Order: sequence, then C-alpha cells, then structure tokens
Amino acid sequence: MSRTMTFSQAVNDALSTAMQVDNNVICYGLGIPDPKGVFGTSLGLQDKFGSERVFDMPCSENAMTGIAIGASLNGIRPVMTHQRLDFFLLAMDQLINNASNWKYMFGGNSGSVPITIRLIMGRGWGQGPTHSQSLHSWFAHVPGLKVVSPTTAKDAKGLLLSSIFDDGPVIFLEHRWLHNHTEEVPEGDFRLPLGKASLLREGNNLSVISMSYMTVEAIHAIDYLHKTSDINCDLIDLRSINPIDWETIFNSVCKTGRLLVLDSGWETLSVAGEIIARCAIECFDSFKCPPVRMALPDCPTPTSCALTKNYYKEAVDIGQTITKMLGIKTDLEPLIKMRGTNHDVPGDWFKGPF
Amino acid sequence: MTIDKTTAIQLYSKMLLIRYCEETIAVRYHLEKKMRCPTHLCTGQEAVAAAAGQALRQDDFAVSTHRAHGHYLGKGGDLNRMIAEIYGKKSGCSGGWGGSMHLVDRSVGFIGSTAIVAGTIPVGVGLGLSIKLKKTDQISCVFLGDAATEEGVFYESVNFAVLKKLPVLFICENNLYSVYSPLKVRQPEGRSIASMVQGIGCPAVNGNGNDVIESYEKISKAIDSIRNGNGPVFLEFSTYRWREHCGPDFDNHIGYRSGKEFEEWKTKDPIEAFEQKILSDEIADKNMINELKTETQSRVDNAFNLAELAEFPEFSSNPGFEEIAR
Repeated sequence: MSRTMTFSQAVNDALSTAMQVDNNVICYGLGIPDPKGVFGTSLGLQDKFGSERVFDMPCSENAMTGIAIGASLNGIRPVMTHQRLDFFLLAMDQLINNASNWKYMFGGNSGSVPITIRLIMGRGWGQGPTHSQSLHSWFAHVPGLKVVSPTTAKDAKGLLLSSIFDDGPVIFLEHRWLHNHTEEVPEGDFRLPLGKASLLREGNNLSVISMSYMTVEAIHAIDYLHKTSDINCDLIDLRSINPIDWETIFNSVCKTGRLLVLDSGWETLSVAGEIIARCAIECFDSFKCPPVRMALPDCPTPTSCALTKNYYKEAVDIGQTITKMLGIKTDLEPLIKMRGTNHDVPGDWFKGPF
Repeated sequence: MTIDKTTAIQLYSKMLLIRYCEETIAVRYHLEKKMRCPTHLCTGQEAVAAAAGQALRQDDFAVSTHRAHGHYLGKGGDLNRMIAEIYGKKSGCSGGWGGSMHLVDRSVGFIGSTAIVAGTIPVGVGLGLSIKLKKTDQISCVFLGDAATEEGVFYESVNFAVLKKLPVLFICENNLYSVYSPLKVRQPEGRSIASMVQGIGCPAVNGNGNDVIESYEKISKAIDSIRNGNGPVFLEFSTYRWREHCGPDFDNHIGYRSGKEFEEWKTKDPIEAFEQKILSDEIADKNMINELKTETQSRVDNAFNLAELAEFPEFSSNPGFEEIAR
C-alpha cells in the first residue's frame, strides 16, 4: 500500500509512524506544534500523541541537544527539529563533544545516544548568509555521527524512520526546496537502510555523484542530454553523507572513467573533494579525464537575487560541464528555456518567506 | 547528631576512600609515570561527594565533570575499574577510551563524567526528562563547579528543568577557582550563585561543603522535595581543592592563590573534623577508625596492583564494544 504525498508529508508520516510503533519516540523543536508545523512536517502530531511527547522548546539549542542526549541514555528516542541548520550551530558543543563521542569515550559502557536531529537548509529567496548554510561536510567529518540527506519523498520517509531507530546520533538534512517533491510513498513502518546510495539514472558515459537538491538539477540535465544527444550518465544520489556508499561510487567510476561530483555546500574541503580523493586512490587507472566538482563558491551566501544568480549551480551548468568533460558540443538553449529564468525559487509552489 | 550511626560510618568510609584514592594517585603519578592522562584530584572536597552518594539511591542517576573521582566513588562506582581506567587498561570502566576525565559505572547509576565545563549539565537534565516520561521515582543528580554557572548552557538547562518541573538535583561545588582564575575575576563580588539561580525560579540553598553532616542533610532534604514532584533544586556548597587544578602537586607557590589561604582551608579538613565528631559522639572508637583506615588503604593499594597487572586494550577504529572485559 502506498499513497501519493509530498516530501514534507512523508516526513510527517515517518514521525507519526515512529511515534506509533515506539512510545519512547518524542519530538520537539521550536515551532513543532505551532499552526504552521515546520513546513507541515509536524502538523497534527501533538493532537495525536499529546504534549508530553510532542512539544515546543525554549530557544536553547545547545541545552536541548544535551537534553536529547541525556534522555536517549535512558531509552528515549528524541527527534529534535530546527527550521534552519544555521540555528543548530549554537549546539556544536553538545553535538560534537557529547553526542558523537559518547559511545566511544566510555568504551561502549554508557549507551550510544540514539537521537535524530532534523535540520532544514534554505536556498534562494534571499535566505542569505545565516539561513542557507549547507554544512553536511562538517558533520560528516566527525566520527560517530551519521549524516543523512534524502532527495525524494519516499527516501525521506524510509530514511527518517531508519534514522530514528538507529542506535547512534543522526543528522537528518532536509533541503527546503525538496519539501514539495511528490511521489508514491509506502504506508506504515517503511524503512530504508542508512549508508546506501541510490542509482537514479544509468549510463556508461559519465558518473554524476550528487546529493540533496543538487540531484534535482542533475536529473534535468541528464535527462535532457539523454534525449537530445544520446549522452548517458550514471546518476548516484548519495542519500547518506556518512557513511558514504563507496562501493556504488567506485563501481560506477571504474565503469565510466569520468567523474562529476555535485555538492550543495562550499567547494574547498567539501564532500565532493573527499569523493574525488577516494576515487583517485581507488579508481586511478580508470580515469579518462580529470574529475570535476561543482559546489558553491568559497564565500558566504549573499542575499539579493542578483547576487545569487551566479552563486548556485543549475541544470544548465551541469549540462555544460558534462558536455565539456565528454568533448561534445550541444545546444543547451532548450534546457535553459525549460528550466525557466527564475533561479530564486524551486517552483511556483514556493511563495517565501522562508 | 541527627543521623544514625550506620550512616555516619558510611559517610566517613566514603570520604576516606576518596581521600586515600586521590592521595595514592598523587604519590604514584610522577613516581611511576603510568597514569598517563590529565587527572584532577578532589582532595579536600570529599564531603559533598560522599554525602551525595550516600543520600542518593543506587538507581538514581548522576553525571559529573572533569573532577569526578569523588562523585564516582561516592555513588558507589567500582574502585578497581576506575584506577584501571586511569592506567589506560582494558579493564577500566571505559575500556581505556576515557581516562580519569571520562568515568562511568551504569550499575550504580553513574552515567558519565566529561571534561567540558558544563558539558554534562543538559545531559543530566535530559536524564531527568526521561525519568518524567517513564514515570519512575528516580532523580537525576548533576554535579557542577562554580565556573559552570558562567556557561550559557547552564542557564538553558536550569530554565528547562524548572519549566518542565524535572526531577533534577543540581549540586554546585564552589571551590573558588577555575584553573587559576579566582571567582572574583569571573563573577561580580557579593553576588551568590544560589541567589542568582533562585532568580531563574529554581529553589536554591547554600551550605558548607566541608561539613559532611550539613551537606548530607541539605542534599537529603532536596531529594525528598524532588521525589515528591516539586521540581529541581539547586545546592551550592563552598569548598576548596587542596592540590593543583590538574595533576598531583601543590601549586600554592605559583602566585594565583596564597599559601595562607590554603592553610586556612586545610584547618577545615572535612575528614579530620568528622573524625573528631564521631569519636566525641562515641560512634566509633580509635581502634575502629584505625581499622577502617588500614582496610581502606589496602583496598586502594589492591586496586592499583590490579591496574598495574591488567592488560592494555588494542586499538580499533571500529571497536564494536559488544564485550568489554571486566
């Protein structure tokens, strides 16, 4: 049984399912029970499960992270949500010093901190320097943390349920521009394994490794090139940033010999850089051309839509890069037309303000 | 004396154990160079640790700080496993991954100590939240120092504990120094920590942390109130660490505090004072005291010998931690 739903409804469905199957799951965050329910993701949960298990919280990101840790050490499975990843930066002490270290620093003798932290990342509509930072590479750098970043509604549900029932701390990243993605989502306690990438398109010419919203732009570019120029790419959606599904990546790169990595964060010391480094080590003899990464320029995010025009990478940029790597010239004008000129929003459904 | 004989002897024994443990570390630390980790001794501060451990139930939770030996032992934590941990051995309470600053003994509710100032305060409050959700009558005890009340997370945590009326006991040992920085350069003179905490809406009391009976009574009273569902209580106890901030030596000569101040506090030795008290109240005689001392020192020496003989752990980046050798 499945139902057509948006990404945000799928998140809501996952939370509701988790709370139904396990009384120890609790859910809190600023705005969780408010009338907007964090972009719809938490609407109705407090009515269903009561204010002991679903609650708003003080503006105390650091303590509330430590409180999740403490509760988890006595069998509770807290899910904490922040409407922007940037707000959670106040909690790095508890996340890094405690959550990620806990299992190790007590030699496994004091539990393993089963907490899930949902962080929403913005883009466009002037989200600017403090509402749109994509810091998955920070989190993924720290041993002891899992970092999950789904692209599709179905993956959002399956991976959120697995995150909540994982034994350790999980950072669950939701891109704001994906909240309206709609597809068939299985009903009930549907879980997908953490640490497995998803092969969304298959082809022998080039491997595109992507994550989160960048995968949407990649699909447009890859489908266009397939239709118009018979260029066929593997498109691997990482879904999990830590652990990374290296086997799937190496298999693809060894097959195609051409590697393009798309990263929704800054370029230097990015996850894309790590993927290229590992592929250089493991697939060195397969490379037919230098690998390429496309990420954000190394500067804080500007606000004005005039300034973000060339800041974010889009389908046409990806198309250009792929054709250049293959040494092929293709007319990309139709792709530009198809994608529209409004780089600032994900679609008509997005009316701002955040 | 308002406490019974058994309790008095247990308090005394706990203090002795903590003192002998700390002083044996102090003697052997430089001599052997086998305790290769930062070690924060609590000599002089034994009373609050013993009193809290005595007043709490075994199934109550406790979390602590970098200076945790006393809290761990007071709560009933395994002595042998603590010393083995300081030696970095496989049989240590944290399997050699934690050292002196990361102690745990879940079997007595000691959930963990960490070395970031105020780092375990919200963890203790979270344990309090879990107790409330699970509707048991346990309480969660958070040990902290005076400097922890300068951290933002302290206010965030107390606020939440008050907001949700959580079963949390905050025990602040004010020993006047954060490393070498005296309280007066960190907090306005004349403002008491307890009264500030009261302003957040948390009942707060101060007391003499070198008086084990007073500490025990105030902690017991707080525990009763918390167990009755009245929400968190904050206790501030004045006390003094005898040795340097970190390490086995004395540091009164380096200039951040005076030898005179140290000598004054030494005259308020919590163990010496309580020993006189139990002798004069005829709770124990000289013989019994001496026997207790000999027996305690021999337990401590045995723990060190076991630690010396124990195996070192082997490194793996994916240790699993399924089976930890005891």
